[in-house]
Formats: sequence, C-alpha cells, structure tokens
Amino acid sequence: MTARIGVVTFPGSLDDGDAARAIRYAGGEPVALWHRDPDDGRVDAVVLPGGFSYGDYLRCGAIARFSPVMETVIDRARGGLPVLGICNGFQVLCESHLLPGALTRNDHQHFVCRDQRLRIENAASAWTSAYELGEEIVIPIKNGEGRYVAESETLARLEGDGLVVARYSGDNPNGSANDIAGIANEAGNVVGLMPHPEHAVDPLTGPSADGLGFFASVLKRLAVL
Amino acid sequence: MARVVVDVMLKPEIVDPQGQAIQRALGRLGFDRVQSVRQGKRFEIEVDADLDDPGLVQVKEMAERLLANAVIEDFEVRSLP
Repeated sequence: MTARIGVVTFPGSLDDGDAARAIRYAGGEPVALWHRDPDDGRVDAVVLPGGFSYGDYLRCGAIARFSPVMETVIDRARGGLPVLGICNGFQVLCESHLLPGALTRNDHQHFVCRDQRLRIENAASAWTSAYELGEEIVIPIKNGEGRYVAESETLARLEGDGLVVARYSGDNPNGSANDIAGIANEAGNVVGLMPHPEHAVDPLTGPSADGLGFFASVLKRLAVL
Repeated sequence: MARVVVDVMLKPEIVDPQGQAIQRALGRLGFDRVQSVRQGKRFEIEVDADLDDPGLVQVKEMAERLLANAVIEDFEVRSLP
C-alpha cells in the first residue's frame, strides 16, 4: 500500500503544491490537510510547507502552532509520526517546541533566494536516510527569517547528539549558528529544514533532483514500519 | 475593565537586524549620535477584570504562551491607569 503523506495548508502557505508534487514524484500519495481540521490519523507522515502562514503575524509560525491541525500533529509527532517542516514549517516546529531554538531575521537584513549547497550531516533521521553521510546537495533557499539561533547549551547538545541534519556548505546565507540548515529531534522523526527540497525534485523545474531524497527517506521508513 | 501593556523585546544577546537598519537610517537623517536601536513590540490588552484581580495573572500566561517566544524574547507586563 502506498504511504499517505499529509501536506498542511495554512492561510498563507505557498509551497503546499510543490510539496504534494514532490511526494508524488517519490512514489507516495499526498493528502491535503486543512489548518482548521484536526488530523484524524489518516496520514502516515506530515509535511508542513513553506510560505507565510497567517501572514507571519506576531512571529513566523507563532499562530499556526495553535491551529487545530497542529494540536493533533504535535501530539502524534511526540508519538513518533514523521513530520518534516520546510522553511515556514521549520518555524512552526520551533514555535511548537517540537524542535529547540528559533528562526530569526537574516543577519544581512535581506530576503535571500538562490540555489544553496548543503552537506547532509545525519543520514539516520526519518527524512534523510536516503542520503549518504557527508553527501553534498544543491537545493533552493528562500527566506527572510532563516537565521537559526539557540542557547549555547542547546547548540552543544544538537552537535554532541548528531541532531544537525544539514549544514550550509560554502556561504552561510542567513547567519545561522554553526551554519545550521536543518535539525532533528532526539527520536529522528521530526526534522526542520530551512532550504526547500520540494523545489528540487526535477531538473526541468529546479537546480537538481537532489531534494527528492527527503521524501524517498520517509517512504523508506514507512515501508519498514 | 483593566488595561494592561505587554512589552516584548528581543533578548540582548540576539542580534536585531531591524534595529540596525533603523539606526543606519537615523544616521542618514543626520541623527549622528545614535548609539544603538532595538525594535520591540507593544501589546495593549483590555481584560474584563479589576486591576487588583488575580485574573490579571492570565496576562503573564498569555505573554509566555503566545505573545513572546522565550527562546529569543523577554517581556514585561504592567497595568495602565
């Protein structure tokens, strides 16, 4: 049976369409989830897409975190549901305290939009197991508030426990601490990533097909379970 | 009716690029003695409670749960006359 992967649409989400397409490319079945409907357990994993949920009012992701769909996604994520937050989705995961730290305004004050080289630093999480450790990939990045910050003890724990899943290679596009592009929780089922793998699944429309691995990884994980 | 103000500021150790941009703009306007600018948020909340009502404790909880992100921000709660 094909794995069913939910893609949440908040008011202001932009990349839900591409996320669903990436899931299809990888061989999964995307399921549209609406922010006002609690997730009733009909999906095997969830993607929180990029965009500007609730207009980025208050703080990026702060209002989305209290949406009905997130209340149930947070519960299920604590129970092991694979969840990938991309860009604004990463911000929602930090606001939900499913991942530590926070994402703040880029240090150079500009919105950044370009193809970005990343190094995979953890190939064991639910969303990165299709990659080799140390593999370099190129996928787009586009954000205004992508600078990852956390207390020094938190950074030390992320580094010590191998929870940094991807690091910027070459230029750091936003001033993120330790060049962090993405992190996982201790269990490895929840991953937040600032760049956009869903925009790099087909060389016709992106810089590469390097992003497909995130979606292939979770399908692999779900086939094993 | 009680009126309560919640001020939210980025923690001192968090870089504030918006404040830096404002500082530079002030310099261009000729205000060349500005040492530093940091930008925050002010919330004015009207609560159905008296000023000495323990119900006002809820405002602190509002700030902790939604108005501020304790990872990067500090907040202050005070009552307006």
